[in-house]
Amino acid sequence: MSILVDDDTRVVVQGITGGEGKFHTGQMMEYGTNVVAGAVPGRGGQEVEGVPVYDTVSEAAREEDANASVIFVPPAFAGDAMFEALDSPVDLAVAITEGVPQQDMAKVYRRLGETDTYLVGPNCPGLITPGAAKLGILPGNIFSEGDVGLVSRSGTLTYQVVDSLTKRGIGQTTAVGIGGDPIIGTDFVDALELFENDPDTKAVVMCGEIGGEDEEEAADYIAEYMDTPVAGFIAGRTAPPGKRMGHAGAIVSGSGTGTAESKIEALNDAGVPVGDTPEEVADAVEEFI
Amino acid sequence: MKLHEYQAKGVFADAGVPTPKSALASTVDEAVDAADEVGYPCAVKAQVQVGGRGKAGGIELVDDEDELREAAERIIGMDLKGLHVDRVLVEEAVDFVDELYVGVTMDRGEGKPVVMVSTEGGVDIEQVAEENPEAIAREHVDPAFGLHPYQARRAVFSAGVDRDVATDVARVLTTLYSLWDDKDGTDAEINPLMITSDREVIAADAVMNVDDDALFRHPDLQEMEEEGDVGGDELEQKADEYGFDYVRLSGNVGIIGNGAGLVMTTLDLVDYYGGSPANFLDIGGGAKAERVTNALDMVFSDENVDSVVFNIFGGITRGDEVAKGINEALESFDEIPKPVVVRLAGTNAEEGMEILNTDLVTVEATLESAVQRAVEYAEEEA
Repeated sequence: MSILVDDDTRVVVQGITGGEGKFHTGQMMEYGTNVVAGAVPGRGGQEVEGVPVYDTVSEAAREEDANASVIFVPPAFAGDAMFEALDSPVDLAVAITEGVPQQDMAKVYRRLGETDTYLVGPNCPGLITPGAAKLGILPGNIFSEGDVGLVSRSGTLTYQVVDSLTKRGIGQTTAVGIGGDPIIGTDFVDALELFENDPDTKAVVMCGEIGGEDEEEAADYIAEYMDTPVAGFIAGRTAPPGKRMGHAGAIVSGSGTGTAESKIEALNDAGVPVGDTPEEVADAVEEFI
Repeated sequence: MKLHEYQAKGVFADAGVPTPKSALASTVDEAVDAADEVGYPCAVKAQVQVGGRGKAGGIELVDDEDELREAAERIIGMDLKGLHVDRVLVEEAVDFVDELYVGVTMDRGEGKPVVMVSTEGGVDIEQVAEENPEAIAREHVDPAFGLHPYQARRAVFSAGVDRDVATDVARVLTTLYSLWDDKDGTDAEINPLMITSDREVIAADAVMNVDDDALFRHPDLQEMEEEGDVGGDELEQKADEYGFDYVRLSGNVGIIGNGAGLVMTTLDLVDYYGGSPANFLDIGGGAKAERVTNALDMVFSDENVDSVVFNIFGGITRGDEVAKGINEALESFDEIPKPVVVRLAGTNAEEGMEILNTDLVTVEATLESAVQRAVEYAEEEA
């Protein structure tokens, strides 16, 4: 079992004719993902990597029975692309695009509340159920099938932690990169809830970072609702206040909220061990299973 | 992007928010001319983007030309919290009886905009927010509809603003929201919004920060950014030109990696193993060799750096491209300035390892060992 994606997921790629869209469509198919269609306005009737392209997502979903969308659309058009996915509708939309304007995202987020669709991202590496499907740009070869769920705000940090797990023979049910922007679709709590309800997920790793209060909210959720054990990691302990560290959300205000300390403390209080290094996270997971 | 005070005031005034009479000056004589225009008494305000300008000596109130000359001479050319002051705003001094705070920002937790009003204006509003949060009235805004006038009135009345100016303050708030919305603002604030003895409202300060990711749809703001760019940290400017996410820190271990979370983790590990990070530098996703060369150039330009650790976990970024970039950068030196430790994993890492010139760098297999080695080198060099 897994969360959000499995063997039956049928994917439409928005922006499939672009450089990134085309390359990663090939990579996703090579991994075994059912990419059934592309959607690019004005390119209907073409083919990319042997996949038929439609002018609209709703047409692609109707004709090819697609139920998920992966978005490789430039930032200026990404907000509109997310609206299109939500209105098609698909069950899952994964927005890889980095640099989506915040106000566009606020509107998408508001629309998201009126739908049953899960949106992952934007500015994220996507998600993968090892051995079944990957939607996004994650390097498939470092993942392995198993019983640990992973949710992370950072792409490369996900790879780092997964690599430690896989090398110890610990596989994953699903790994989700939720992205580091201030406004995102699926957040920690959403992903944790899905993992808690997945009978095959025996433990969860949660990788957070400075900025915002998402990790603190996740800690409250874990304390109240989760039986599945969770191990954590928080990046940015050494970040100076007031500076933005790459991710839009990774900024610490001077006032004590959103710092690594406050997040680690909240997680510890919820019974979540937080590793000082990625290897220590893997140690904690090893003890759980 | 942060607008300068004079730029933000111009934008606010154009939209109909009352602002004091003011003029920009970059020499003492220009400041005298400006003061003749706006009249005495007036304020001389350094145009640099730091908080607490007043306390740091960047704002002075003057009564006549002699005082103005003295103030302008002192402020123009001064260093304010590390920034060079090359312009001042000479502004009419407003005779006020009350000071308010109004602001708009994005509430990331709610994923929607929020407008704020407080009668505790003229002071550090962040401190008010922390110590006395009830003193700030808030209204969340549905981004699909914008701020309704009734919401602005509700915020103003619940903040306890005097009834005789409440409607005017509510109008300022709706205007501020529209501006924030139109210009892709991240924060827009007036602190203080002054109330005069004639019961007029005037924006005595103006803050406007704009979403960099949305600048593509605002050519007017892009022009302001170029005009307002008066420097700052030399290395951070260079990073801007190269298009890196870069933050200069106070330590001596240079850090280069791909992906914000992984680079932050590398910083944390340097600290964990007893070293001190010199910088945060994220080369981003899919970097080609040239970008890697530029990154090394950046870090070597920082004279505090005693060693460098490269931490790459390839996904969209390819190890062979990174290795080429490292070789190119290092082969251009007769002598390598400081030791470089490289850790490559993920996409094409093996190809990268074969390409890397190991006479020039130290290769480590894990994140932990790479960081430890870089910390040791830094200690030896320091």
